[in-house]
Amino acid sequence: MDAIGVLMTCPMFAYLEQELEKRFKLYRFWDFPSQRQFFKSHSGSIRAVVGNTKLGADSALIDALPRLEIVASYSVGLDKIDLGKYEEKGIRVTNTPEVLTDDVADIAIALMLGVLRKFCGCDAFVRGGKWKGGDFGFTTKFSGKSIGIVGLGRIGSAIAKRAEAFNCPISYYSRSEKPHVHYKYYPNPVALARHCRILVVACALTEETRHIIGREVMDALGPEGVLINVGRGAHVDEPALISALLEGRLGGAGLDVFENEPEVAEELLRMDNVVLLPHVGSDTVETCEAMADLVVANLEAHFTGKPLLTPVV
Amino acid sequence: MSSQPEPGTEPGSGRPDVLVHRFRSFDFPFQASFRDHFTILDPWTDSPDEPADAFLARRAGGARALVCVGPTPLPADTLRLLPSLQVVIGTSAGVDHIDLRECRRRGIAVTNAGAAFAEDAADYAVALLLDVLRRMSAADRYLREGLWLKNGNYPLGFKLGGKRVGIVGLGNIGSHVAKRLQPFGCDIAYNSRSKKPSCPFPYYASIHDLASNSDVLILCCALTEETHHVINREVMTVLGDRGVIINVGRGSLIDEKELVQSLLQGELGGAGLDVFEDEPNMPKELFGLDNVVLSPHRAVITPESFEAMRELTISNLKAFFSNEPLSCLVQHK
Repeated sequence: MDAIGVLMTCPMFAYLEQELEKRFKLYRFWDFPSQRQFFKSHSGSIRAVVGNTKLGADSALIDALPRLEIVASYSVGLDKIDLGKYEEKGIRVTNTPEVLTDDVADIAIALMLGVLRKFCGCDAFVRGGKWKGGDFGFTTKFSGKSIGIVGLGRIGSAIAKRAEAFNCPISYYSRSEKPHVHYKYYPNPVALARHCRILVVACALTEETRHIIGREVMDALGPEGVLINVGRGAHVDEPALISALLEGRLGGAGLDVFENEPEVAEELLRMDNVVLLPHVGSDTVETCEAMADLVVANLEAHFTGKPLLTPVV
Repeated sequence: MSSQPEPGTEPGSGRPDVLVHRFRSFDFPFQASFRDHFTILDPWTDSPDEPADAFLARRAGGARALVCVGPTPLPADTLRLLPSLQVVIGTSAGVDHIDLRECRRRGIAVTNAGAAFAEDAADYAVALLLDVLRRMSAADRYLREGLWLKNGNYPLGFKLGGKRVGIVGLGNIGSHVAKRLQPFGCDIAYNSRSKKPSCPFPYYASIHDLASNSDVLILCCALTEETHHVINREVMTVLGDRGVIINVGRGSLIDEKELVQSLLQGELGGAGLDVFEDEPNMPKELFGLDNVVLSPHRAVITPESFEAMRELTISNLKAFFSNEPLSCLVQHK
């Protein structure tokens, strides 16, 4: 199998590169100064692409690789992948669902605790030598606060399960009401926001969910309300968020994702009622290794004629 | 029915004397609501120019109840000025600032406010653990300093699921911590003064054994003579270089000098500390470490906990004066 050409679109994880190199001929896209030259010399050798949400396999790439059979995404999100085109061309696509559900759900709860209990601010307070000068002040209890979940898929359900152990009442909005679920359903995000203290975005990014959290939702959430985003930056109208926070129409926010990563608005950097994380939702050693193992296993399955483990197309 | 006023009550008022014992600088903002039911004696407000001891000797001789605003020390010397005292209502979860031995000798009941604070304390312990493992404070700092733009992604943290969590002290707080960590996929075990028969988690009779079977230790126990420096170098060594310690108990549960050394030398994986041996002084050597989260004793400082504490304090005072059972009695061994 080591003659099979696999193209990796950008640096993702050293362990993944090592594991791919053991089994395939790995081409690192970023090592080639000229993309055109690369395609001229090697396009005929590439039978698989490993991409992620930073740099997926778009139409142009598909067109440039005539022998492409499979794209294995090192991610669960597929927003950078042109699914329709793959199906059309008979190219297989896999992602890494499930393995990162726990980590992302953990970060969602951690962000909720972070905004309410302000432990990041406390840590900065102590490191800044301010404790001797006076007390940090009060923070807000987390247990028992009502939580609204936008998107009750794998990650949304995992968030709900954790929050229940803190006695938080759970409600949700989803494209359709889920049978056999004992949480209260609201038919739209504004209604959900009106009835919860903490709103968390945990749905996939699609045409419909772009800017699903806009001014109206934030106003409904209110001056004591908290917005948590572990989905995609594009789920939230970021300028509207900044005004809502600056004007006190929204109480606080915990954000792991932003509209234009790694850029984060200056105004957010100065706020003490927000927690800001550099897209670390699934960034643990354990999960990254599991994701890498899944990418490799999917490629191995494909090239040995076995069923794919986590196919999307 | 006696026509004589009860000893310790203002004649004619029917409101028994309750002494509020606090540092001058400590606020006790609930006095207003207490005055509906009790006669509040407070040296700092009633007689600010008089030495507190003189006030107590002069005025508090009949007081049967005392509210000790934690952590104002309540030593034997002060207790000796209060011959009628029968109950001490502590307003904090810890009671290590109260001379329990003297109270036991005098038959004075002591209650704490553990139940009022337990959820907030447990939430905070879980928060510190998530912060340490997922490097949240460090990553938030990194982002705010512009390093995400400049240097790329923040290094990987560690997953909470699958970690073996050893809870030291399975009281109010410890039980709440266990309940919260289960859906995260943690394996819970504990050490306590005695095994809890109805508890489903594995019990270890020694902290050493608990530590050798854990990835994380969460300290939720009271500070007593027995638990002073219970987390020593030996325990830290056995916990290992991926091991994490979370402390929402008291600073002196841990040998702080050894902790700092272990962390600096990479012999311990990380720590989340809300309490220190000599607050507000704390070891500055820790400031350079991303695997350490520091907090200025904030675990239970929420309006919700304070309200619950106020209710518990009033409820215990009412129960005491009506001869009804008290809640949150501190059990003497």
